[in-house]
Amino acid sequence: MSVRTAELLMGLLTLLASLGLMYKIFNDGLAIGWIPDRGPGSGMWPFWLSLGMALASIWTLLRWKQGVTPESRNKAPYIDPDTIFLVGVTAGSILALLVMTSIIGLYFSMMLFLILYLKVIGRHKWPLTIIVTIAVPVAIYVLFEVALAKYLPRGLPFFENIMMIVDDFRYSLM
Amino acid sequence: MTSLAGGLLQSFEPLNLAMIFIGCLAGLFIGAMPGLGSVNGVAILLPVTFLVPPTAAIIFLAALYYGAMYGGAVSSITLGIPGSSTAVATVFDGRPMAQQGKADQALMAAAIASFIGGTISVILFTGFAPPLAAFALKFGPQEEFALMVVAFATFIGLGGDDIPKTIFSILVGLVLAAVGFDIISGNPRLIFFDMVEFQRGIEFLVLAIGIYGIGEMLWTLEHTKGAVQIHKVNAGFRKLIGNLSQIKKYLPTSAVSSVLGFFVGTLPAAGATPASLMSYGMAKTFSKDGDTFGKGNVAGVAAPEAANNAASTGSMLPMITLGIPGSPTTAILLGGMIIWGLRPGPLLFTESPDFVWGLIGSMYVANFMTVVLNIALIPVFIRVLAMPFTILAPIIFILCVVGVFATTDRMFDVWLMFMLGCGGYLMRKLNYPVAPAVLAIVLGPLAERSLRQSLISSQGDPMTFVERPISATCLLIALGLILYPVISNMRKKRKREAILE
Repeated sequence: MSVRTAELLMGLLTLLASLGLMYKIFNDGLAIGWIPDRGPGSGMWPFWLSLGMALASIWTLLRWKQGVTPESRNKAPYIDPDTIFLVGVTAGSILALLVMTSIIGLYFSMMLFLILYLKVIGRHKWPLTIIVTIAVPVAIYVLFEVALAKYLPRGLPFFENIMMIVDDFRYSLM
Repeated sequence: MTSLAGGLLQSFEPLNLAMIFIGCLAGLFIGAMPGLGSVNGVAILLPVTFLVPPTAAIIFLAALYYGAMYGGAVSSITLGIPGSSTAVATVFDGRPMAQQGKADQALMAAAIASFIGGTISVILFTGFAPPLAAFALKFGPQEEFALMVVAFATFIGLGGDDIPKTIFSILVGLVLAAVGFDIISGNPRLIFFDMVEFQRGIEFLVLAIGIYGIGEMLWTLEHTKGAVQIHKVNAGFRKLIGNLSQIKKYLPTSAVSSVLGFFVGTLPAAGATPASLMSYGMAKTFSKDGDTFGKGNVAGVAAPEAANNAASTGSMLPMITLGIPGSPTTAILLGGMIIWGLRPGPLLFTESPDFVWGLIGSMYVANFMTVVLNIALIPVFIRVLAMPFTILAPIIFILCVVGVFATTDRMFDVWLMFMLGCGGYLMRKLNYPVAPAVLAIVLGPLAERSLRQSLISSQGDPMTFVERPISATCLLIALGLILYPVISNMRKKRKREAILE
């Protein structure tokens, strides 16, 4: 897909989203106009903003048609193969990090994420990978759980219990 | 003067001094890292500040903001990659200087010019903040709303981006800010897919970290292909100090750029990026050797660096005195202040004088501390920047996830951050600017409230905005800002047509 096509699709998508918002406000029964003795309705602000978004989208589409924007004249690929690999794998690995967080908890997920990123994408050596993979979760644990008392997701009971052992070790030091 | 002395004394309290030191240090590193900047730094570290009192927290973030302004120049000069958008103009001459083996001179000039910019702007801040705050007391909801319009219009007029896309970005930010319960009637609205999670609304931090943390990092990854190559720099301490003798070459430029940067910074939404670019343009226009700009002129490094530091202080002035952020970073700072229970605006000077003067006092201390740290750490920065981006990037992604979860305690917000970040990245590739959306999500509730209050008080008469002199003036300024690029484009078009004929 070229940059030119991507701009067209994005323009259409933003237009559809804007119209969808307007429909939602109307469908939810939010007052768009003036309510006697009470002032502007709760739907007024988002409705007119959505209308503005729709108009801005139409403006962008018109500029695309006229070939005014640099993007509308650009026939290069929107995402080149190198970028698809690097950005795609990165976005995919963050997605996996989030999915795994609810299963094995954030600490173990971030360790897997770091191994994947440093070893597969970065192609770094094992000693460096291991140091970063251990140092980052430890620093996060110390900063957020010990210093800020903010408990991060720990996943299913089995993994939660492992983290409890870490907690017990921490309390034994205090 | 008594208030300022009190503020200075307050900034020397051990906790505040420690906050300044840590903030400056963290800011220097964050500003120096490609892909990160003051906005990201403040957004990511905001949750960390909830442990300390509000004054210490804002001092920390303001010091971080300062540090990031200094640090941004480091990667611009050594790598040719601006650490943040505010350091874009520094690349123009900083990079050629580094390629000519003068990186040490460029780095020193950036540090000294930043110090000059920071100092002049803090002096101007001290002198102008109280009278502006007194003036701001005359502001009612009509004036507040008109000022918000100026803030958005500034983005449209001075942003230099695609106008309809900028408008879309502002509007989408305002709509996202409207998600949740209506602030006046209490009605739920824009609850997508009937998910209860939307009832709490969308936190500005989720959008800011998503767009800057995830979106910008993906953007940087695409452009660096995961590798960072550092140009060999001789940055020995003695050599850096020896470069102080060059100060006379860029002192006048730095002074003029500082004043210009401060005033551009005070314009709502203008911020440090346009300030640095405008100062660079001015320095080039009025320089005797303007043709050497872009080829390694030390004044071309000093001008944007003085201006972006001055603008960072300047942008805090409308935030503190009027409650209107002058840049995306101050928009996040403003969000932080609201979370801490402080209501920025004219009454802040009377309600929380310790906070305001403590902050102003800390600016003097932070400015001095940052220049010393910056010069001392230049060799260290160069080593850190030599670290491959494939190590920095995953650490930053993890910080984004943890930062959002720690703030809201909801995985839903982490997912939202991820989706907003990916969406922001895809839109940015098509030249949709992301900063206006962040600014709009912070200003959105304030803008809506002031608009509806104005309409309620005037029984729905929209002329209320034009009948009051200050709001009418603001709306005129906004109109001028919106029309300026349109007129400018028409003129350019006519000129082009005339040449072709």
